[in-house]
Amino acid sequence: MPTSDYVIKAKNLTKSYGSNEVLRGIDLKVQRGTMLALLGPNGAGKTTTVRILSTLLKYDDGTVTVEGHDVTTDADKVRSVIGLTGQSAAVDELLTGRENLVMMGRLYRLTKASAVARAQELLEEFDLVKAAERPAKTYSGGMRRRLDLAVSLIATPPVIFLDEPTTGLDPRSRLAMWGIIERLKQAGTTILLTTQYLEEADQLADRIVVIDGGKVIAEGTAAELKSKIGNDRLQLTFKDIASLTGAKGVLGKRVIESDEKSFTVTVLITDTNNDVRKALEDIAAAKIVVQALDIHKPTLDDVFLSLTGKQKQPEKSQKGKK
Amino acid sequence: MAGILEFETKPKVFLAVQDSLLMVKRSSTHILRNTDQLLGAFFQPIMFLVLFATVFGGAISKALPAGVTYLNFLMAGIIVQTVAFGSTTTAVAVCNDLQKGIIDRFRSLPMSNIAVLNGHVVSDLFRNTISTVVMLLTGLIIGFRSHASVVAWLAIASLLLLFTFAFSWLAAIVGVFAKSVEAVQWLTFVIIFPLTFASTAFVPAEGMNHVLKAFALNQPITQVVEAVRALILGTPIGNYGWLAVIWSVAILVVAVPVASWLFRRKTSQ
Repeated sequence: MPTSDYVIKAKNLTKSYGSNEVLRGIDLKVQRGTMLALLGPNGAGKTTTVRILSTLLKYDDGTVTVEGHDVTTDADKVRSVIGLTGQSAAVDELLTGRENLVMMGRLYRLTKASAVARAQELLEEFDLVKAAERPAKTYSGGMRRRLDLAVSLIATPPVIFLDEPTTGLDPRSRLAMWGIIERLKQAGTTILLTTQYLEEADQLADRIVVIDGGKVIAEGTAAELKSKIGNDRLQLTFKDIASLTGAKGVLGKRVIESDEKSFTVTVLITDTNNDVRKALEDIAAAKIVVQALDIHKPTLDDVFLSLTGKQKQPEKSQKGKK
Repeated sequence: MAGILEFETKPKVFLAVQDSLLMVKRSSTHILRNTDQLLGAFFQPIMFLVLFATVFGGAISKALPAGVTYLNFLMAGIIVQTVAFGSTTTAVAVCNDLQKGIIDRFRSLPMSNIAVLNGHVVSDLFRNTISTVVMLLTGLIIGFRSHASVVAWLAIASLLLLFTFAFSWLAAIVGVFAKSVEAVQWLTFVIIFPLTFASTAFVPAEGMNHVLKAFALNQPITQVVEAVRALILGTPIGNYGWLAVIWSVAILVVAVPVASWLFRRKTSQ
């Protein structure tokens, strides 16, 4: 068994295409049995990083190891311990779901009996039994992603890379995918997930690394990042200026912003449950009526606004491949 | 969890062969499932055979040696032409794999990547065999006759398989090289069309002008066509037999390493 507790290690990773520097010194470590989310906007270098970590792409400088194996010199050893689910569902369209699973299992060096048994197990687990004998090209987007993920898990690799596993999925399929990822995590798999959704990183990951422009700009647990980014905010709307003034008096220092035209105040909250209740109770005690309330959670835009001082970059071409 | 997963413990070389066999199975399944392509492999040769035999038969038969019907003359040419045109399918399949996400999947597996090319090239033999058998049966229905012995037919089959294999590897280069399926189509067209028509596949070389004749008589398609034709008609095979084999082997010797090298380069950026 590898002795290191960090399964994935990248140090000072750089990659350029000509004069275009895609990665400018990325450092990241993923501890055994945990999930790290690589969070960033399109073009930040997420896909490039995953492609390098999963042996698909050469890098310019730095060191990268997975389970102690160098991704360049020991690519085959790395490949036998990883599973990769990319953005474009990489399944064979003309083969059926079951054929895809068995074939990939065999290519992972499973014996035929193991590949067949494991395929059946995954079809059941991923709710694909009914579609098992249909060519993958007839699958819906959500089914295709599930099959793609199932294929990556065929040999139960201890390390999984998930490159934007829910991008483009409808909310129901996204929830189903989250459930699957959660179960993987509970089974002790080490996972590196990339996402552009703060909510996804928050829900699933143990630690989050925020990258932008090919550099790590923040790192920590979801709670740590949020305290850096700014907390949830409560926005209260009143019916007239009198109520607004009264509420401001009651809330005192908690108010961070108020607007006399729309009769709203914004309150900073750190502990959502208690702070919201306390604010509402105080206002009710002063016999002031609240017309509307809104809890604003920090979004990726807020993360970038507060970490880089600039708005999230508009959509850029984000493919790391040529 | 379905018990403990068992992994193969065979030597690496053995596993590489197994990878190739898995890829042959995959590509062959593609051929059978891709109905449009399968219909093409079925009907294109029938169409070519019937059209050429009926449209050109009358005019060309006058230029043929006495006692040789155009259909009997044509058969060798049309089989080789079908094989050559069919190699486009290999090129398209290779190109498709490289353009789509599936290649990343294969590359992230601990498999032999070159097996992907082997799969396409070998399954091409399978598709071409279907086409050739269909053509021979159609020929028999519309009047093709041959007195070739079983040994001669075995020689024909071996030569055609060797040539198909060589040509598919050539097509694999095009497939790796091309950036899109459209590019594959015009690239193969530009290469294959002149090669098949500026040959003795459809007409004897006697009527061609000097330049064309010199080219036609010294290019691989003609050697293979003439060798197969001599075996079918029972005429002397001359130098054509060994020239056809030498050409095919020469193509293989060049095309296999070039295609593999290009493929490795393209998949290890």
